[in-house]
Amino acid sequence: MGAVLKGRAFKFGNDVSTDLIIAGKYAHLRSNLPELAKHVMEDASPDFAKKVKPGDFIVGGSNFGLGSSREHAPLVIKMAGVSAVLAKSFARIFFRNAINQGLPVLICDTDRIVEGDKLEVSLDEGVIKNVTKKEQYTFTKIPPAMLSILNEGGLIPYINKYGDFKI
Amino acid sequence: MGKTLSEKILSAKSGVDASAGDIVVSPVDLVFVQDTTGPLTVRQFKAGRKQTLAAPDRTALFIDHAAPSPNRQLSNDHMFLREFAAESGCLLFDAGSGVCHQLVAEKLANPGDVIVGADSHTVTAGGLGAFATGMGSSDIAVAMSLGKTWFRVPESFRVAVTGNFSKWVEAKDLIIYLIGLIGADGATYKALEFGGEAVDRMPVSQRLTIANMAVEAGAKVGIFPSDHITRDFLKKQGRADKYKALQPDRDAAYERQIDIEANRLEPMVSQPHTVDNTAPARTLSNIKINQVFIGTCTNGRLEDIAVASHILKNRKKHPSVRLLVCPASGRVLTDAMNLGYIKTIIEAGGVILPPGCAACLGLHQGVLGDGEVCLSTANRNFKGRMGNPEGLIYLASTATAAASAITGRITDPREALS
Repeated sequence: MGAVLKGRAFKFGNDVSTDLIIAGKYAHLRSNLPELAKHVMEDASPDFAKKVKPGDFIVGGSNFGLGSSREHAPLVIKMAGVSAVLAKSFARIFFRNAINQGLPVLICDTDRIVEGDKLEVSLDEGVIKNVTKKEQYTFTKIPPAMLSILNEGGLIPYINKYGDFKI
Repeated sequence: MGKTLSEKILSAKSGVDASAGDIVVSPVDLVFVQDTTGPLTVRQFKAGRKQTLAAPDRTALFIDHAAPSPNRQLSNDHMFLREFAAESGCLLFDAGSGVCHQLVAEKLANPGDVIVGADSHTVTAGGLGAFATGMGSSDIAVAMSLGKTWFRVPESFRVAVTGNFSKWVEAKDLIIYLIGLIGADGATYKALEFGGEAVDRMPVSQRLTIANMAVEAGAKVGIFPSDHITRDFLKKQGRADKYKALQPDRDAAYERQIDIEANRLEPMVSQPHTVDNTAPARTLSNIKINQVFIGTCTNGRLEDIAVASHILKNRKKHPSVRLLVCPASGRVLTDAMNLGYIKTIIEAGGVILPPGCAACLGLHQGVLGDGEVCLSTANRNFKGRMGNPEGLIYLASTATAAASAITGRITDPREALS
């Protein structure tokens, strides 16, 4: 992808569920995505949607995205302008959904990152620079099968281009 | 080297000799969506180049999560889904039919199948020996159109259950105990494969309960062998011809072995706000409850309604408790009526909800008030799950839920009913 992603860290804890990312009670807004996206992360951090700026990062602990299969979870995160989610580990369905929506999800040790840290992420180099702390971290490579989907901007564009799974 | 159940199924379906860690492309035997994930799935499907279903008769659409619809927006989503079913020719199960996973088990899932659904509890069908897993809307849209998807073949944990369950202890207690043991991410990306003498005797209803909650430990599938109990179940559903025996090889490679002695299990509870925050029910008797919810794809089967009816017979629910009971399918409701269970539950003060997901995910039919406590037989107790982040959700078996409805506090059914 080549680009370096730049933004601030919004820090969350372990076990951020899909209900915290986008609560089930907003199911009636799922066909009105701009309205749905206003409630991103609401039950974890009520003013997140107001504070987040394009390019910013969501930084979680372990098992980020556990719970429901709702693809709206990575979708509203992407719609909020978040350039990538960083976490120590991800729940399986969320990880795959994020890639399918073209949202980078990076597995790394997030303990040193705190709220407000300025980060620069190079997807190609596999490096996260913490500009605030003058530190550098590495993230686990995205598996090749998923990287090819991410590089096309998601699964639907990928299938539309290749007509089939090329893995 | 022998194969696990997951390796066997994915090898047979993909035509590749597959082992844990391999990436395979596999045809799918069944693909389905429900009403909260369906609209996005259909839109993703329509964004694809190929606009026809690979197999309309093996593509299903369930209106169960908010059915009958509680509001205008969801009613419009339901209309959108009905239109898609009509134009695409897929199967449609409309409001009142029941929870998708229960209907999949009753009508559609077979041993050895590969099943994908736009719902995390698609794993339920693992109770019948299917490789069944939840996916998001894009993956499901592509599976609908191409009739296949890709998988990383999971490593397997072997969960061997020995001995006999004590009275009032059952599958739900086992799976809550297991999730407490390994954690909510203890089996992420893995297959939880169940076996052992207690599993060999376990009815399908309980296998489905355990498989259903495998995802609460992060697992890709929760999978059971297919044996004479599976055969009898399929026969009862009119699908005897779909039976095939399925066992893992004796020399299959497992990443981890977990042994559980059924005799040592006791009624267990998941406390707010994570499923792995577990404790024995007997230690929580100071927790007063406002609502008891019996139902869902975890514990809304006829066997559960029977347990609830048995416990509530000639008793009354506690005056400060709302008792909500939701049979998981229309068939469960009809059978429960014919057997007198529904009458018993109503006489005990219970409210019967129409077959569907009901209060489980906070859209309708039992949203919690601020600070209210619910004891639920569902599978998930995340903050906000039942429609209010100020609500507190405890998860337990049907027996624990029914006993607690009588006392008004969390109650070990062995104490209340001995």
